[in-house]
Amino acid sequence: MIKEVKIVSKNFDIPNSHNIEVALKNGRYSSIDKLWSYNNQDIIDIVKDSGLRGKGGGGASAGDKWALMPLDGDKPNYLVINCDESEPGTFKDREIISKDPHLLIEGIIYSAYAINSHQAYIYIRGEYKEFQDILQSAIDEAYSKNFLGENIFNRGYNLDITIHRGAGAYICGEKSALLESLEGKRGHPRLKPHQKEPEWYFDNPTLVNNVETIASVPFIINNGAEAYKSYGTELSSGTLLFALSGHIKNRGVYEAEFGTSMMDYINHYGGGIRDNKKLKAVIPGGASTTILTAKEVENITLDYESLRAIGSSLGTGGMIIIDEDTNMVEALKNLVEFYHHESCGQCTPCREGSSWVDTIMKSILDGVANNRDIDKILEIANTMNGKTVCVFAPALADVIRGFILKFRDEFEGYIKVD
Amino acid sequence: MTFSSKNLQKIEQLKKKYPKVEALTLPLLWIVQYQEGYISLDAIKEVAKYCNKSAMEVYSVASFYTMFNLQPVGKYHIQVCKTLSCKLCGQEDIFSSLKNILDINTNQTTDDNLFTLSQVECLGSCGTSPVMEINDKYYENLTPQKVEDIINDLSKKS
Ligand SMILES: Cc1cc2nc3c(=O)[nH]c(=O)nc-3n(C[C@H](O)[C@H](O)[C@H](O)COP(=O)(O)O)c2cc1C
Ligand code: SF4
Ligand code: FES
Repeated sequence: MIKEVKIVSKNFDIPNSHNIEVALKNGRYSSIDKLWSYNNQDIIDIVKDSGLRGKGGGGASAGDKWALMPLDGDKPNYLVINCDESEPGTFKDREIISKDPHLLIEGIIYSAYAINSHQAYIYIRGEYKEFQDILQSAIDEAYSKNFLGENIFNRGYNLDITIHRGAGAYICGEKSALLESLEGKRGHPRLKPHQKEPEWYFDNPTLVNNVETIASVPFIINNGAEAYKSYGTELSSGTLLFALSGHIKNRGVYEAEFGTSMMDYINHYGGGIRDNKKLKAVIPGGASTTILTAKEVENITLDYESLRAIGSSLGTGGMIIIDEDTNMVEALKNLVEFYHHESCGQCTPCREGSSWVDTIMKSILDGVANNRDIDKILEIANTMNGKTVCVFAPALADVIRGFILKFRDEFEGYIKVD
Repeated sequence: MTFSSKNLQKIEQLKKKYPKVEALTLPLLWIVQYQEGYISLDAIKEVAKYCNKSAMEVYSVASFYTMFNLQPVGKYHIQVCKTLSCKLCGQEDIFSSLKNILDINTNQTTDDNLFTLSQVECLGSCGTSPVMEINDKYYENLTPQKVEDIINDLSKKS
């Protein structure tokens, strides 16, 4: 059964919780005094010990990433919060910034202090203007209370937060594309270095974290690493704002511990499949994760390791629920159109591959494709692996393979010519 | 095109927030779009002056991002989400009722210049799909009836 838990979503149901007075009454900024009793390294160690993992889709250890930031370099360090939230099926960061923006601001204060940064940027997708305005009001409130700006909390520390608005490009969620965009350029992902190093904003060391990752930090500072680790599994510690969309009764964002059974989650929070239909498949963590059949969903738990073990991934935890009446060929065509449109165009396998697959998918739906075309799609998918600047293309390859290998008979059903 | 005096002040404020003026490109393009309704080539040249770039460089940036309108759009820019979660929850009905009511197709503007219709990818609102955004406002859990009411309301207001 499900043990309900609320770490990040604790204040979501409190009316006006985005307002600073309400936020203060409900525990926001309450660990600030504790913060100053630690030095930077202490905070980084606590976050490392907590096992906190990045919640933007990759699941990398947050503490390990923070530790890459030079604490006494001669260049300024930057903190960048990723609120691009463009992965289809994902709508959790929006909950945080509109229902509890002060939780994010508090998390930014702790995180910036830990990596010795005095300027944080929040990169937000352009479409989220309404929610950006709520977040900006909260930031303005924090400035007026001297929680932000110069000499915050009279502790001799300066910290500014600037919201930077994107303008409609999925790829800007990828951290290096995001930084290019923040530098005023096209959102083209950068080639990755061979060893671990920070990200760079105008050649200055930079840390990029997802909104929810940073919003999880106040709980950890307040309650300690062990308290956070008491939730979740050994390797996936804590909780995630999982989400449900598609053919499910109660769509929405519901926090749960890692290690929760996917079926229990779907039934408990989702109330089961809509219109009492049967489940056909689930895309487990945003569109870019490999689709699971109903059978695979039966025994799976929601943590990074379990999903990896069956050849998919946890991603953002945004589950797209698909019922028995869904046409999987049309569903894949819909997703391929997304990738075709959003490819940044730098790499040939991605730019051309996504376009070819889109064209072939159309011919299948039009009933003019032959059996070899299905295999051709798989061949094209194979060319998208390991030869591109970012993981957009390999992710698309997995999406394609997942649909075709698991639902091939539906694709073959469209083949009329030999 | 020239920036209004209020916007010039805004630009001065913005300059303090970034280590280099190149970073002002997106914020300035947004300011132009709100001030002028769309981003003309003339405006691109103006933006270039402020962010230490050539007009061509600014143009290449502006054309990368789908939300920047390089052509004029109607007073209300309707962006309907077409991605999977919305599709599973009835996006196609929403789109066809919009086409019917407005009597236009994707990327077209009504003759009175009130409405432009676009189809866009996931709006990050999949839990309340089908969804559309009109200018800066989200409209969620849409039904054909709701769509009709929204369009009627906006038409009356104008
Ligand atoms: C194509 C692509 C799109 C991405 N989109 C997002 C996004 O919208 N939001 C996000 O937080 N991370 C996104 N990421 C992951 C980021 O690159 C980065 O790993 C993350 O922001 C780091 O923060 P975290 O460690 O706290 O998760 C994306 C990655 C890729 C490859
Ligand atoms: S893989 Fe695709 S999205 Fe990523 S850099 Fe190459 S072309 Fe751009
Ligand atoms: S799929 Fe339409 S909002 Fe996400």
